[in-house]
Amino acid sequence: MNRKQKTLLIRIVAAAVFFVPLYLISEQLIPVRMPPAALFTLFLLPYLLAGYDVLRKALLGIRNRRVFDENFLMTVATLGAIVLGEYAEGAAVMILYQVGELFQSYAVGKSRRNITALMDIRPDYANLEVDGALHRTDPDEIPVGSVIVVQPGEKVPLDGVVLEGHSSLNTSALTGESALRDIAPGDEILSGCVNMNGVLKVRTSKEFDESTASKVLDLVENAVARKAKSETFIAKFARYYTPFVCYAALALAIVPPLFLTLTGSGGAWGTWIFRACTFLVISCPCALVISIPLSFFAGIGGASHRGILVKGANYLETLADVRVIAFDKTGTMTKGSFNVTGVHYPSMDESALLEYAAHAECASSHPVSRSLQTAYGRTPDRNRVDNVREHAGEGVTANVDGVQVAVGNEKLMKRLGVPFRPCHHPGTILHMGIDGAYGGHIVVSDELKDHASEAVRQLRRAGVEKIVMLTGDTEAVAERVAAELGLTDYRAGLLPADKVACAEALLQSCKPRQKFAFVGDGINDAPVLARADIGIAMGALGSDAAIEAADVVLMDDDPLKIATAIRIARKCLRIVRENIVFSLTVKAACLLLVAVGLGNMWLAIAADVGVMVLAVLNAMRCLMVEKL
Amino acid sequence: MKKTYQIDVDCANCANLMEETANKTEGVKHCTVSFMTLKMKVEFQDGVDASEVMERVRENCRKVEPDCEIYL
Repeated sequence: MNRKQKTLLIRIVAAAVFFVPLYLISEQLIPVRMPPAALFTLFLLPYLLAGYDVLRKALLGIRNRRVFDENFLMTVATLGAIVLGEYAEGAAVMILYQVGELFQSYAVGKSRRNITALMDIRPDYANLEVDGALHRTDPDEIPVGSVIVVQPGEKVPLDGVVLEGHSSLNTSALTGESALRDIAPGDEILSGCVNMNGVLKVRTSKEFDESTASKVLDLVENAVARKAKSETFIAKFARYYTPFVCYAALALAIVPPLFLTLTGSGGAWGTWIFRACTFLVISCPCALVISIPLSFFAGIGGASHRGILVKGANYLETLADVRVIAFDKTGTMTKGSFNVTGVHYPSMDESALLEYAAHAECASSHPVSRSLQTAYGRTPDRNRVDNVREHAGEGVTANVDGVQVAVGNEKLMKRLGVPFRPCHHPGTILHMGIDGAYGGHIVVSDELKDHASEAVRQLRRAGVEKIVMLTGDTEAVAERVAAELGLTDYRAGLLPADKVACAEALLQSCKPRQKFAFVGDGINDAPVLARADIGIAMGALGSDAAIEAADVVLMDDDPLKIATAIRIARKCLRIVRENIVFSLTVKAACLLLVAVGLGNMWLAIAADVGVMVLAVLNAMRCLMVEKL
Repeated sequence: MKKTYQIDVDCANCANLMEETANKTEGVKHCTVSFMTLKMKVEFQDGVDASEVMERVRENCRKVEPDCEIYL
């Protein structure tokens, strides 16, 4: 509790201590006779003690021509009750209102701390090594290229490269899974991971603001600024609701008694004005206004704890409505770690063929090219290569040592007029053209991720109606992978531009209120990620491009997290709807009861505070996403 | 130009009011207030003096919510 809250608590307790005996006296439960004037003066004491700041704010509001805020409403309602001789009710409502305020302020502060604690990956210090001694330094002040030491149990403060030491890193703060990664000199490490056992000496490669931990935190903190539709709806609603109830109260205070007076059956003005005051007590929209952003914030916080970064409350809303999903094959459902598994019909020595292939592909960072370099076993010498041309969706041509080399699929061979022998092995087939003659082909294959088919099953169970795999790979490979995943719908042989067209077609096929998501690895799928209703990037740890392009970022490589993200979003949206419906129903019911004279001010304030407490507690359930 | 300011305010509705007010203040292109993170993100119009605009934003916010604070 902060100072403000403590003061309020003391005021409430003191007011209650005064109030209870006075209430018992006024209800004649304690046989003390007291003239009404004395009782009135005494009741003012707890009333003012609890509510002086409300009165002050109401006055300031009137001076600034801002009526209809909650302070004004409470002031009018309670003063009205007191003027009508209901001293006890007036004071009690003020005290209970403040209890509600205190609870709200406490609950929000507490959840704010809880949620930020979940996301607490911000390192506090870095051990800077100066002349062999360690200095604890603010990570903000460490320039790129400094040498820092990370001891066991400490968070890695800045991104960098390990110079000395072996250890394992716990990446759970970033990925949500407590998986250990073994680290040796030369490895890149990311800030936010926890060093488990060895001492590491690290040369920093990024400034604090550019480091992974800061970026992830920024992302989550900025996420709340992108407000969900229901959030803006409620803010607007509150703007109209309160004035509406005030006018309704005014009408209630005047119309029925006037009508009764005119018809000659006695006005009962006091009763109706009291009911109108009760109306004002119910008119505060606090429960709604607080619980909706709280739900979204808790949902975003909970998701980030599971390694799912949602870049805005609006995306959480979209995610919940996803019914059609397309995903990229390589790197999303497969490991993306390709291996050369065979060299067929080589026209020369196998290693010579691999040498040509690796050199022709040396400019590409595609996983297939990397597998060629791995199989070649040495670093290609770029000086031996010139005239490199990428043919989108076909392959690469280049001159290596003056020899014309073409590496690519059947399309490329056909276009270049190279006679080739088709291959029946599953995998990516790289045909080689050497000076216009056929050089044989290299088979590169990829493995499915461990959870890939389970992920597809879970998506189906989560209510996704259509799952499509998009790939640039051949029909044969796509068919095999689709069968392993249990999918019937796939599009093979797509160029990057075709993928966008496919996404457009899928977007068109969505029924109203259905949303289309695309899952990719974020590096070469950026246009499709941007085109889909919601773009989900996988395995984004350390990839700035992916974080930039996507709306939802899965920090680890696990495709199961797609379904998890959808379930978290659904839960959050369900809670938001529950809160909207629940608060509005209770308020409407109370207004009705009071209008017909069945409720009193006690009911009104209990409903107001009670609904708010329940809505806040319900909103906090959004944080519980461990089992989703 | 965009800047983020720490704010202090007690109720969610007041945060909404502050957002509305700031958006109406001259020199502010767009503003979002997050009650959960207690932050105000302001995008200024071109060529205005941010600190001067923020003084006005604070003054206007005080009118709708006397207890609010914007840490400039």
